[in-house]
Amino acid sequence: MKLEELEKLLQAKVVVDSDNLEFNIDSACSADMMSSVLYYHTPNSLLITSLTQPHVVRTAEIAGIKIIVFVLNKQPDQVTIDLAKEKHIPILVTPYCMYTASGKLFEAGLPGCLNK
Amino acid sequence: MPLNTDKTIEGSFQLIGGDFSIAGESSARLKSILTDLGVQEDIIRRASIATFEAEMNVIIYAAAGTLHYEISPRQIRITLVDMGPGIKDIDQAMQEGYSTAPDWVREMGWGAGMGLPNMKKNSDEFKIDSVVGEGTTVEMVINLP
Ligand SMILES: Nc1ncnc2c1ncn2[C@@H]1O[C@H](COP(=O)(O)OP(=O)(O)OP(=O)(O)O)[C@@H](O)[C@H]1O
Ligand SMILES: [Mg+2]
Repeated sequence: MKLEELEKLLQAKVVVDSDNLEFNIDSACSADMMSSVLYYHTPNSLLITSLTQPHVVRTAEIAGIKIIVFVLNKQPDQVTIDLAKEKHIPILVTPYCMYTASGKLFEAGLPGCLNK
Repeated sequence: MPLNTDKTIEGSFQLIGGDFSIAGESSARLKSILTDLGVQEDIIRRASIATFEAEMNVIIYAAAGTLHYEISPRQIRITLVDMGPGIKDIDQAMQEGYSTAPDWVREMGWGAGMGLPNMKKNSDEFKIDSVVGEGTTVEMVINLP
């Protein structure tokens, strides 16, 4: 799934844009516990979370997650934004809650990390 | 894929307990060292995840620690030594879901009780030693093909 489609489905605001023209993710996971992300993630996936601290970007970097979506309009602080830019991990902010954001993407055909 | 070197490369990073602002930086640096060496992607990911979980535990639970890495053509060896409270019952700590993390740590996204299981899952050899009141040592080996 491409960035424009994610943006549209999630009614999202792009906080950190992608500089990768080939950006295309093939699965997603939703979690607030970083170790769960590290346990269940698959590479080339999207993370939906309600935590906006910089170590969420670290977790994505370590796990090879390609994009982060913050739910409930949570705005990341500048440190998180700067780290995401440095690591080339785009950030979207959606007004939806975690359940709805996940549902929208699932409905549009994006599978979960485990049952991909 | 062979390593771009036939020597052993080693180094270490100092970790400071409670310092969340740079949490994960050492693991990220190790990740870029492995990337520069041309190590296979899935092995880099396993080593990075295991190291990151161990680094976070030092930052969350200990006062200070050291992360040491040793990369030879055959394996990656990562050792974390910390000065901290230690672990009373290691078997219990190794169980998925067991955590003593306080609320403020959970609010930051840690404390699922999956860190130690994650380290074990991602390494080929995993050893943990701990002395209550002194500290904990974690040693992980990931074989290179
Ligand atoms: N370096 C350490 N020093 C002292 N206690 C530790 C250390 N590492 C782990 N522990 C203890 O073992 C428990 C389990 O650790 P583990 O990493 O598996 O889970 P967690 O840190 O609680 O949560 P998660 O890693 O999923 O965020 C911890 O809650 C803590 O009580
Ligand atoms: Mg842990």
